Amino acid sequence: MKSQALTNRRWFSPISYSLAIAAVAFALLGGSTDIAGAQQTMASSDKIWASFKGDVFGERQIISDTGLVRIEAPKRAQDAALVPVDIYIDPAKAPDGVKAVTLIIDVNPAPLAATFTLGKDAGVTHISTRVRVNDYSWLRAIAETGSGQLHMTQTFVKASGGCSAPAVKNTDEAMASMGKMKLRQFPEPAMSQVQELQLMIRHPNNSGFQRDPITQYFIPAHFVQKLSISQDDKLILAMEGGISISEDPNFRFDFKANGPGEIKVEATDTDGKVFQDQWPLEAAGL
Amino acid sequence: MPTDLFRRRLIKGFACIGAGAAVLPCCLSHASYAAGTGAKFALKEVADGVYAFGGVNELMTDANQGAICNVGLVVGDEAAAAVDSGGSMVEARAFLAAIKEVTDKPVRYLVNTHMHPDHIFGNAAFRDIGATIVGHRNLPRALAARGDFYLQSYHRQIGDALMQGIEIVPPTQTVDDRLELDLGGRKLELRAWKAAHTDNDLTAYDPATRTFFAGDLVFMGHLPTLDGSLLGWMRQLDELAAIDAAVTVPGHGPVPSAWPQALEDERRYFEVLAGDLRKAIADGVPLDKAVQTAGLGERGNWALFDDYNGRNATAAYAELEWE
Repeated sequence: MKSQALTNRRWFSPISYSLAIAAVAFALLGGSTDIAGAQQTMASSDKIWASFKGDVFGERQIISDTGLVRIEAPKRAQDAALVPVDIYIDPAKAPDGVKAVTLIIDVNPAPLAATFTLGKDAGVTHISTRVRVNDYSWLRAIAETGSGQLHMTQTFVKASGGCSAPAVKNTDEAMASMGKMKLRQFPEPAMSQVQELQLMIRHPNNSGFQRDPITQYFIPAHFVQKLSISQDDKLILAMEGGISISEDPNFRFDFKANGPGEIKVEATDTDGKVFQDQWPLEAAGL
Repeated sequence: MPTDLFRRRLIKGFACIGAGAAVLPCCLSHASYAAGTGAKFALKEVADGVYAFGGVNELMTDANQGAICNVGLVVGDEAAAAVDSGGSMVEARAFLAAIKEVTDKPVRYLVNTHMHPDHIFGNAAFRDIGATIVGHRNLPRALAARGDFYLQSYHRQIGDALMQGIEIVPPTQTVDDRLELDLGGRKLELRAWKAAHTDNDLTAYDPATRTFFAGDLVFMGHLPTLDGSLLGWMRQLDELAAIDAAVTVPGHGPVPSAWPQALEDERRYFEVLAGDLRKAIADGVPLDKAVQTAGLGERGNWALFDDYNGRNATAAYAELEWE
């Protein structure tokens, strides 16, 4: 069973993402031994990572702990369904910029939580979001520089036990208000070009691990697959994500505003629904 | 008629005392519990034909047999209804044995007040005796989403032995809004609530004795845990208080407790927690920072505060920032 699950992880290239979810879901279903399994450790989490990192990054070299990228999360998760995670980029260490940051949660059924694409010259140095964490696990951030180098950093999160399952708390509400967005703009010191924004999207971001109680078939996963945040038509931040992002996906980030303008957001979910909204950028230091 | 202290000594780690529940005067039934441990499962008659067992204010462990919540029984002329099945098959079997000591009527119904393991891990024992399991319309969905996770995470928490026989058994009858269970000369009134403690909270009211089985919509002593909607819970407190009950069997806390005073402590906690979080959100304090201090003023008032407050604050923050 174990080897079967790991084999199925080979599906985890970003391209075949939703296929992968289905494949691993079925692999896990077959494995009652996994249900009774022992808690993951740093070593076993590392082992899982080693088994699928080639599927995400191929044979490319990954450099560890250079300080270019930093990740923060609570050592012990309060709520496995809502684990805050912060990723910081040090621009001084990335003279050719950072193109993308990938967030990995080793032990999750879908370990590739999200890939963020950073707008060229958008000046994003901090991304904060919330994720589901199924068990004790490394959370990894891997930054890809403008020249194609991969820099990795990681933090270990203990998330398990109790009745805080990584599932949607209020499904009716999540469905009723699906697609609603809210943008918060945090004032920055005057004369600063840096803006801090928080984008919130109502969406159940369902796991697809729910079984229909009558048919016993899995209810298909339903989650925000793609997201782009732009100032006018200039990309600030894009995300390709999956079920490891918590319900009501939430992203707080900074960027360098390019004068006044509109913040435009477009999100697409696995049902093909497209959600759009836009807000004028509040001029703080503009 | 054992005193509290006596029973606590007698039953080792399985005392049925809630926080502040000093007096448990009439334990009518002592069924054999886990063989060899000397533990007893004691049903207390809280009103005519209405019984309850008081769980301990602890996390579920092997030592407490998972028996941390209150469970209850209402006996009619023809049949009985149990309210919640307990946190293990060991507890559920002891509960069934205790039921046999107080009535020879069949247990026709098991009412599940919501999805949490301490309330439903004994379901299989009731299914096996032919009881109809009744739950909120959202309970099947909630168990489908969480069942496997519960089995996995509690396996670690309570161990192999206590996990034996535990299955996730969904209800076979669901309640959309209200439902009356006919027990023969006695009706038990079930009511499905909007999202509060969870999104599948169901209560049971016995009009004959004005006893209200609140499930985990009411916590006393044990810090409330939030797995549904804080705002929904707060909004429904007045509606709960309006229920014409004399006493309540809360999901956690002294059995029985005066109604509606039983709601006062949790109402205060919710207001403190929501107040702290609203301020943090308005000030732009991010979630991970805000949850470290929100609600702390209530710390001295509750058991298990450190186990659950951070989690409650996390869930509540994510809800309140949409206001």
